Amino acid sequence: MMRKAAILAAMLVTALAVPALAGEIAPQDRKSGYTGMSAENRAMQDDDTINPATLWVLDGEALWSAKAGAANQSCAGCHGDAAVSMKGVSARYPAFDDASRAPVDIEQRINLCRTRHQNATPLPPESRDLVALSAFIGRQSRGLPIATPDDPRLKPFLARGKALYTQRQGQINLSCAQCHDDNWGRNLAGNIVPQGHPNGYPLYRLEWQSVGTLQRRLRNCLTGIRAEPYAYNAPDYVALELYLRQRAAGMLVETPAVRP
Amino acid sequence: MPTACSTRSPARRSAEPIAAAALAVLTAAAAMPARADGLVAYRIVDAAIPASLTGQPGDATRGRAIVANRQIGLCVLCHSGPFPELRFHSDLAPDLTGIGNRMSEGELRLRVVDASHANPQTIMPSYYRVDGLTRVTPALRGKPLLDAGQIEDVVAYLKTLKE
Repeated sequence: MMRKAAILAAMLVTALAVPALAGEIAPQDRKSGYTGMSAENRAMQDDDTINPATLWVLDGEALWSAKAGAANQSCAGCHGDAAVSMKGVSARYPAFDDASRAPVDIEQRINLCRTRHQNATPLPPESRDLVALSAFIGRQSRGLPIATPDDPRLKPFLARGKALYTQRQGQINLSCAQCHDDNWGRNLAGNIVPQGHPNGYPLYRLEWQSVGTLQRRLRNCLTGIRAEPYAYNAPDYVALELYLRQRAAGMLVETPAVRP
Repeated sequence: MPTACSTRSPARRSAEPIAAAALAVLTAAAAMPARADGLVAYRIVDAAIPASLTGQPGDATRGRAIVANRQIGLCVLCHSGPFPELRFHSDLAPDLTGIGNRMSEGELRLRVVDASHANPQTIMPSYYRVDGLTRVTPALRGKPLLDAGQIEDVVAYLKTLKE
């Protein structure tokens, strides 16, 4: 009997010692990575004149009006003033593309516009021009809530994204969820583990010394757990982006954000 | 708990005769034979791996260097411990200070080799395991995080962490 009690007590202690699996973060507990940053980094994000990403936004603004491709057409030629036409647009991406029968992210949408309407070549992934255009378009949604479309056609892709998010991967054998759902707020070698919300992309990352997209960030995480990154624009990246955006639905867009 | 053969041991995995493996355990000085996946076989007894993977004791000084290295041991990414030279704090996992009091050598060895044996949900990677993993970066496929000698060095160091 004593022995049984001791075993039960040991099991209880073990249960208490093992951190509870937090699971999905409740909407009221969601926090932008902004909240965990130093005052200096927050100030850098908040002030356009010192936010390094402003240089990309300004480049994007120039590209918006520049004619491109065999159609000799600019973005502005169709869409007009981005402050009006692009307001809230990137907040809704990834969105379902009828022709591809799959979700596309905002950078893929820019390239679809180039190939379909400007008869121009797609801009390479993470190229300066593509990131600049995306940052400029994203800037028009700053302060608006992320609003992934309530489109039933997205459902299987969302499910795929969630499966990838919870899949243990790489030589380190970690899932996204194990860090960003179960252990956010803790210290990883002095860095606070963020919840991993994609509310500021494209963003200026001090580690990169440049502006990059969410896919670039996901690539970093995969490399960190020693997993094979997907190729840029792989459907699995877009599925993950879609899941992350839905997970952050309602959070305010900070594009172009600054992160350490 | 009865003597258990790890699910990753050669008895179930390769044609290595059980008798030979048992003999290797008995002659504790000799390392167990290599498995089909190239790793040294080990035997789990009462939630511990009592025998050295190399048949030799590890080197605690080398072990400390591995533990405190963010790229090799990775331990300090999650654990804090007696590492005054490191200027950051980690609290994803228990502090290693005094771990040598709390665990036996064999328990430490099992924790490093395959922490998931005790807790399948653990975020601690299995340092001596190459199976059951997904999308490992190609250059690292089939390679454990640490080799058998490094595991023994780490175990030798952790044993010294007494309060």
